[in-house]
Amino acid sequence: MDITEYIMLVFTDYTLRTITLGTAILGAVTGMLGSFAVLRKQSLLGDAISHAALPGIAIVFLITGAKDSNVLLLGALVSGLIGTFWIRGIISKTHLKSDTALGLILSLFFGFGMLLLTFIQKQPNANQAGLDKYLFGQAATLVESDVWLMAIVTGICLMILLLFWKEFKMLLFDSDFTKTLGFNTKFIDILITSFIVLAIVLGLQTVGVVLMSAMLLAPAAAARQWTNRLSVMVFLSALFGAFSGVFGTAVSASQNNLSTGPVIVIIAGVFVLISFVFSPSRGLLFKQIRFIKNRRDLQLHKTLAFMFRIAETHENISHPHSIKILNNFQGFTKGTLQKLVQKNYVQLNGNMWSLTREGYKTASNLYNQQTENNE
Amino acid sequence: MSKKIAVQIDDLTVAYNYKPVLWDIDLEIPEGVLMAIVGPNGAGKSTLIKSVLGILKPIAGSVSIYGKPYEKQRSLVAYVPQKGSVDWDFPTTALDVVMMGTYGSLGWIKRPTQKEKKAALEALEKVGMLPFKNRQISQLSGGQQQRIFLARALVQNASIYFMDEPFQGVDASTEIAIINILKALRKAGKTVIVVHHDLQTVPEYFDWVTFLNVKKIATGPVKDIFNDDNLTKTYGINYKVSIQE
Ligand SMILES: Nc1ncnc2c1ncn2[C@@H]1O[C@H](COP(=O)(O)OP(=O)(O)OP(=O)(O)O)[C@@H](O)[C@H]1O
Ligand SMILES: [Mg+2]
Repeated sequence: MDITEYIMLVFTDYTLRTITLGTAILGAVTGMLGSFAVLRKQSLLGDAISHAALPGIAIVFLITGAKDSNVLLLGALVSGLIGTFWIRGIISKTHLKSDTALGLILSLFFGFGMLLLTFIQKQPNANQAGLDKYLFGQAATLVESDVWLMAIVTGICLMILLLFWKEFKMLLFDSDFTKTLGFNTKFIDILITSFIVLAIVLGLQTVGVVLMSAMLLAPAAAARQWTNRLSVMVFLSALFGAFSGVFGTAVSASQNNLSTGPVIVIIAGVFVLISFVFSPSRGLLFKQIRFIKNRRDLQLHKTLAFMFRIAETHENISHPHSIKILNNFQGFTKGTLQKLVQKNYVQLNGNMWSLTREGYKTASNLYNQQTENNE
Repeated sequence: MSKKIAVQIDDLTVAYNYKPVLWDIDLEIPEGVLMAIVGPNGAGKSTLIKSVLGILKPIAGSVSIYGKPYEKQRSLVAYVPQKGSVDWDFPTTALDVVMMGTYGSLGWIKRPTQKEKKAALEALEKVGMLPFKNRQISQLSGGQQQRIFLARALVQNASIYFMDEPFQGVDASTEIAIINILKALRKAGKTVIVVHHDLQTVPEYFDWVTFLNVKKIATGPVKDIFNDDNLTKTYGINYKVSIQE
């Protein structure tokens, strides 16, 4: 299937359109909220929430026997919230490190959830509701009402974000200071956390308990690499998330229905990889290139400064000197000399070099310029 | 002293666990002083400030700012936290951080306007950081970050300033720049309370001092109480500073 064919299909095929929209919206909302989790250094939060949601699904199924995903997700929401606020409680009451509390609740709830799932599977008449789809996700089961729900939650989330933008930003940067100004930091915190729980629960059906946290973290981690502004980061993160959803669905649909959730997560991972390598300011590649270039420039400047000091001793600045005297100088190479000649700072004449007027001027300004350039 | 009391602390006791970090602190800070809080690491200096500002809930005791509880007097108080208490890799600019000083008077939801921006720029100017206003905060040196925090407090336009180690990791010229700002605040009738580690400079910089080590050891004018006796009581070892007159 080629690309145009596929794009046509997205617009005409009902199922594919639903899944594409759903994963795009899901990616956007988790990406958006993920920025907050990443900046608070709560990488485990997403994992803890999604795992904490599992027993809720199982319990609701055991009680009601419902197969309807919205009912099951309500259970997930409740147990996700309980887990999350339990974590908050542990952190604030016991001064355990937040990683410890998160890890503890994560394993406790997940263990309990798995126990219930195996129990359900052993029931003879359990209609095997396909509860394991919540473990690894099954995007194909998305229907229009699921997508609507996601869209509404995303819309509300966006509104809240815009409304409390200043408060969110300040809390993320300096919560103590926020408190001294009289803002109810607990309220702001609960607001953010509740939306993260909501977004994760909405994603369980599509991506599953196990991989859900990657949806929260990957787009945000990638976005962080490209900008130094929070607003841009949140926007980019939403964009990366949405793209991961769309591409992921496309890849899985065109490749013999590979499982959608994992493909989405892998594509989000590719965004992270690319960002960590290629981002202009923080990426590894450009950092290395800049490092090498700075070193070269510096070597050039140092050599020029050294020559300047020699030239200074003569009344005539263009008085030729032997190349030999440069050999003692650390960092001097034939290459740097060539470069200086190319830049017309230095003239070569056999074994002798001399500074040009331009070279002299540049060298005498070198130090001043460098300090100015730093501003 | 017939001066007004800016900050009054009564019977303040604070603990993180069962062991009290501050024990039964009574402290009166008169209006218009430039006061140093000195004491060893872990003495509870930061904790004291955090308790006064309502960041921590004390086990017992009360704090009042000009005779009323802190909650009613927030707009009179500005705060410079210890620099290490935040993540400086946060995606924001110097100007943005300073703007946060105006958020308190703005209140919920309302956005900063040109007026707030102007105030923030002025504060940046005062601390000599105007050329860096659009810098990402992680690309500032430690001393520059400290000045940004100071600017954020200045923009709060308060009557009482609490500063937790504003001289931490700054070079000599920045230190002088900062102390001049603090002295200017005092001159304008403000009360400035500073956690300070360099005992040598206490007599030169401050006119009031509080010795703290879990308990309050002493408080009063530097010229009366800044002596070896109180230093020894606070730091536990036989402390000798040569005070240059
Ligand atoms: N969040 C916390 N949880 C538990 N104990 C804490 C916490 N913060 C501080 N402490 C303890 O309280 C005591 C006082 O700490 P505080 O930070 O107030 O000291 P300080 O005087 O500001 O020290 P420093 O000069 O090192 O900044 C210390 O023993 C410290 O270990
Ligand atoms: Mg401290």
